[in-house]
Amino acid sequence: MGLLSDPVRRRALARLVLRLNAPLWALPVAWLERTMRSVGLEVYTQSFSRKLPFPDETHERYMVSGTNVYGILRAPRAASTESLVLTVPCGSDSTNSQAVGLLLALAAHFRGQIYWAKDIVFLVTEHDLLGTEAWLEAYHDVNVTGMQSSPLQGRAGAIQAAVALELSSDVVTSLDVAVEGLNGQLPNLDLLNLFQTFCQKGGLLCTLQGKLQPQDWTSLDGPLQGLQTLLLMVLRQASGRPHGSHGLFLRYRVEALTLRGINSFRQYKYDLVAVGKALEGMFRKLNHLLERLHQSFFLYLLPGLSRFVSIGLYMPAVGFLLLVLGLKALELWMQLHEAGMGLEEPGGAPGPSVPLPPSQGVGLASLVAPLLISQAMGLALYVLPVLGQHVATQHFPVAEAEAVVLTLLAIYAAGLALPHNTHRVISTQAPDRGWMALKLVALIYLALQLGCIALTNFSLGFLLATTMVPTAALAKPHGPRTLYAALLVLTSPAATLLGSLFLWRELQEAPLSLAEGWQLFLAALAQGVLEHHTYGALLFPLLSLGLYPCWLLFWNVLFWK
Amino acid sequence: MAAAMPLALLVLLLLGPGGWCLAEPPRDSLREELVITPLPSGDVAATFQFRTRWDSELQREGDTDHYFLRYAVLPREVVCTENLTPWKKLLPCSSKAGLSVLLKADRLFHTSYHSQAVHIRPVCRNARCTSISWELRQTLSVVFDAFITGQGKKDWSLFRMFSRTLTEPCPLASESRVYVDITTYNQDNETLEVHPPPTTTYQDVILGTRKTYAIYDLLDTAMINNSRNLNIQLKWKRPPENEAPPVPFLHAQRYVSGYGLQKGELSTLLYNTHPYRAFPVLLLDTVPWYLRLYVHTLTITSKGKENKPSYIHYQPAQDRLQPHLLEMLIQLPANSVTKVSIQFERALLKWTEYTPDPNHGFYVSPSVLSALVPSMVAAKPVDWEESPLFNSLFPVSDGSNYFVRLYTEPLLVNLPTPDFSMPYNVICLTCTVVAVCYGSFYNLLTRTFHIEEPRTGGLAKRLANLIRRARGVPPL
Repeated sequence: MGLLSDPVRRRALARLVLRLNAPLWALPVAWLERTMRSVGLEVYTQSFSRKLPFPDETHERYMVSGTNVYGILRAPRAASTESLVLTVPCGSDSTNSQAVGLLLALAAHFRGQIYWAKDIVFLVTEHDLLGTEAWLEAYHDVNVTGMQSSPLQGRAGAIQAAVALELSSDVVTSLDVAVEGLNGQLPNLDLLNLFQTFCQKGGLLCTLQGKLQPQDWTSLDGPLQGLQTLLLMVLRQASGRPHGSHGLFLRYRVEALTLRGINSFRQYKYDLVAVGKALEGMFRKLNHLLERLHQSFFLYLLPGLSRFVSIGLYMPAVGFLLLVLGLKALELWMQLHEAGMGLEEPGGAPGPSVPLPPSQGVGLASLVAPLLISQAMGLALYVLPVLGQHVATQHFPVAEAEAVVLTLLAIYAAGLALPHNTHRVISTQAPDRGWMALKLVALIYLALQLGCIALTNFSLGFLLATTMVPTAALAKPHGPRTLYAALLVLTSPAATLLGSLFLWRELQEAPLSLAEGWQLFLAALAQGVLEHHTYGALLFPLLSLGLYPCWLLFWNVLFWK
Repeated sequence: MAAAMPLALLVLLLLGPGGWCLAEPPRDSLREELVITPLPSGDVAATFQFRTRWDSELQREGDTDHYFLRYAVLPREVVCTENLTPWKKLLPCSSKAGLSVLLKADRLFHTSYHSQAVHIRPVCRNARCTSISWELRQTLSVVFDAFITGQGKKDWSLFRMFSRTLTEPCPLASESRVYVDITTYNQDNETLEVHPPPTTTYQDVILGTRKTYAIYDLLDTAMINNSRNLNIQLKWKRPPENEAPPVPFLHAQRYVSGYGLQKGELSTLLYNTHPYRAFPVLLLDTVPWYLRLYVHTLTITSKGKENKPSYIHYQPAQDRLQPHLLEMLIQLPANSVTKVSIQFERALLKWTEYTPDPNHGFYVSPSVLSALVPSMVAAKPVDWEESPLFNSLFPVSDGSNYFVRLYTEPLLVNLPTPDFSMPYNVICLTCTVVAVCYGSFYNLLTRTFHIEEPRTGGLAKRLANLIRRARGVPPL
């Protein structure tokens, strides 16, 4: 968003691009086809097109159409039941052409070998992840995201594992490995171990999250650096984005990771032969696999390449956090019960068999309105920005992408201002009962949601739990209301996102200024919505339909009259 | 270049005694032949055929009863020398003489395609079919790959392919020939040169196209005596470009679609690339019972429209007893792709039913396509006894069609698999120990014990009692 900050100019450019509808750099499909065929592969192409819900300003694309080229090396004496994939995602410029070269060289070398037991697919995709998504959907003959693509002519059975390769320059000083996939899915740890083994064997310098591996775990520096790497991984996993095209393979239960060749201007440089040797080693190992990778771990956190934190260690942490919500809910339930008993006792009908006195039934009815309103706000947040972008661009001088982000923020803020409690004061005897019941419901709702999230994407669950749980437990309409309100706003999902961005850049040792942070925040919002529509990332619907309404309930509790 | 296909299909086809072979065949005859076909990609295909026929009176059944047709598939078999050795032992000359000296395992398994088969069938000896002979036909096809075997060179010779040359015919063989496909692809001049130059050539229509073959007869003494051995060499006059191979009229592809471990879809794509002729295809599918097919989801579409099969036979599966059997006759429109898809649900197996490597997946056998494919060139009916053996691989029915049977690739499907790892084993073990302890303890605690008087006497006493009862005396 930084380049074209003037909305009018940006709109003009967007229209120009729309009219031209021709990418500045296109994949040399015919050349690739010819080269792959001359190497001896079975070559096929697949064309795809996708109209994004609104223009993607980070990658500068809107109506995308491209062609994927893939060549299949048939294993000599197998029946094409299993395959491995080596993929190179090509973006809108020729930054990844080094990787294409390495892929072709590897293909030529692999073709002359007799030992392959699984077919190997060499895949070059256009428009990086969009192309990969189109190819994967066509390969598995499903349509998850509304991609229009031609059916595949050649297939190679069940894909067992995939490696994505990105080389940004011809000089490689280190290899960075990315494991975080779509919706926080991770590949089997054995694949990472395999990579690490070959890195050590070939003497390659490997990094994780762009951080060097700490050598000395006994002194304080090692664990500290490990903690930094761990936090970076938590933030990246929590974002639910596919960090590299390997992330999209994980949905189809294909173990995959991305290798990025980095030129960090160190003294020791590796030529591509070293990278190729590591890749060849990995493929030969994977070729020998009798079963899919299924042993060891799918759920882990990595403080270093050779160390991991297992699920058994980290899960209790989030469990204890959620216990706070449970205990608080129990406390409220007891208080409500006692208040009910207190009312009932003069009537002379006490009994544990009637836990809900009639007056509480009225209290529950008064909860319907705030619940409905907050859910409606969530629905509006989910649907309106994309739906109403054209209306917004007609009435305000903004571009579509900006319109979406601003509508998003406007609806988000409007949710705070909306009068939720349409109720009149129902029972004068117990004015506290209304908000207590509402808070009880909100606490249970939050605990359930966070529990489910933590099971599927631990990092996201943990991040949300650490921010939301304390204030959610504290919120009540008495006491220092302004302090509570400030706390609640600071721990709302959007503020958590903003804070995470700052933390992320801080950990990467590239701190952000406030203005930059805000720009990055806006871009992240747009990306989140886009990734939901293009790859099926679930973070946006989760926040807008689940956590935001729940958070509004606590806001409602705070301002209960 | 042919795609690697499973050797795995050792299909025993018992055809009924048709009125095929009317001439009186010689007793216990052996015919062997090798067909070498250079492919436009620079690879070369070699097909061996050995036919043994004997007139011994094996058991003779009446007319073939269709209830006794059997079909079985083992989709998992991998190619290995263990398949070749017993196969070679069935040959009369084993691998000592004749064409079979070329069957060296290390070269045959250094190829990109390998297919090996045994066919046994009864053949009528006369028109009324009063007596029959038995025919054993063994075929072996390999494709030598220019990239792997040829190290990039596209000129071939027998020695280069098999690391052997032919020295003598099999003394038992009545016919022993090598055919080399020298069909010219271009009109202007020959593309291929064969050395030594062939004495005779043979022309025929194979798979709908006209082909020319050079014949080398090993029984012709001049052929081998000239140089003590026969090493046929193929030289391209113009090196072939790496172009996509010509597409056959009928080909098929099969895959599993969908993701996740609950549901899935079996899809078969049938391609008819004939420009103007439609033809029917018989599709036979056997699907294991642990994929529960939803037959109502069976859809057949070609060119975007629903294609109604003219015949469907479906036999539902029985758990652990028999697989699904689905047979359909589908008309493939000209120049079209027909998609046959059916949804399934993955069943949970009992824990003892999983294979030792359950995470590898479970195999689903290939579909079998049988079709009469229209040919471009009309073929004249041939005499089966006189024409070469490879001619009857794709028998021509009425001159305008030839018969093709295709097997699609087998599929690998993952079933929901329990975690057969250490915790699982611990749970199993603990449950067993608890069950055993509990069982015996419960047994001990609930049983009431009676003291029974020990029986004495045994057999003698019983006999005595029998006699006493017969006499009317009270027993002991």
